Amino acid sequence: MPTTFSVNGQKRTVEADPETPLLWVLRDELKLTGTKFGCGAALCGACTVHLDGEAVRSCQIQARDAAGREVTTIEGVKGDVTAAVLAAWIKLDVAQCGYCQPGQVMSAVGLLTQIQKPTDDDIDKAMDGNLCRCSTYHRIRAAIHDAAKTLAG
Amino acid sequence: MPPISLRILLPVVAALLAAGVGAMFSATRTEPAGLVTTANAAAADGALFTPVATVLRHPRCMNCHPRDDRPRQGEDEHKHLQNIVRGADNLGFVNARCNACHRDENNNDSGVPGAPNWHLAPLSMGWKGLNDAELCTALKDESKNGGKDIAALVEHMDKDGLVLWGWAPGGDRAPVSTPHPQFVTELKAWAAAGAPCPASAN
Repeated sequence: MPTTFSVNGQKRTVEADPETPLLWVLRDELKLTGTKFGCGAALCGACTVHLDGEAVRSCQIQARDAAGREVTTIEGVKGDVTAAVLAAWIKLDVAQCGYCQPGQVMSAVGLLTQIQKPTDDDIDKAMDGNLCRCSTYHRIRAAIHDAAKTLAG
Repeated sequence: MPPISLRILLPVVAALLAAGVGAMFSATRTEPAGLVTTANAAAADGALFTPVATVLRHPRCMNCHPRDDRPRQGEDEHKHLQNIVRGADNLGFVNARCNACHRDENNNDSGVPGAPNWHLAPLSMGWKGLNDAELCTALKDESKNGGKDIAALVEHMDKDGLVLWGWAPGGDRAPVSTPHPQFVTELKAWAAAGAPCPASAN
């Protein structure tokens, strides 16, 4: 049974089983491989995408959950918040191995979209679900503060 | 034998009838009086709430009624993995909203449970650790329960999709042990008796 939803602003119809994890629809059917598989159990955040603007774990979201909705992946996320986050990420050289970074960026954008001036506590809570085996957490936190400062003008 | 005056006869007959009817009435009340007394006693000490409390204490209910900001999981009611926290609207904090994983139906592949409007009960409806009296009092307190009167509470536990999930949780999760129709019957009996609460801690 086909499922239709929007991905990065484009309407897409997929033939995957409606219970297929969205992650595999994105990666295998739509070839959007920026979103990573990490744990498959919503424990690491590597698969984070936005569904109707909110961060979700695409390894747990099924294709049927996305029907008629807007999915945004690391390939398509854009706007002022995204620009500020990417600039801060580059400025502070956040990434190390980089595997978790698509998820980190999607969560950082999600956070700054909802909380324009997050505290350390806000950042810790909002980014807690995104693990980084290189332990770039301090740079991630600094980059989010930096992006918030940029957005505040 | 002189005829008995109606003025004498009528009061006597009336008195006899009254006595007979009274006796009949009291006779008919004798048998159920024990039941009425039992029901009154149950109402008086809140025993009617006991089977309701048994259901509310089941992990399927209690896991989403914590007295802190951490939802629980599993039969052992451990803290939710992923460090999930309540958030201002009981739907999780930014980026870790309940519906980031919990959708309208169970995910049979990953095992993540799902039901419509998956969320934590408000902190004021935290039940863990409360005894029956405290649980009953909190449940009925409209300043804590979202303004629900008794009828609305019954409706919530009878019809709400998230509540009903507790009886069909899927996966390896144990459903609430009391069958839902039986629970609703017990709930309505408690409500019909005036929703009495146990008087003391137990």
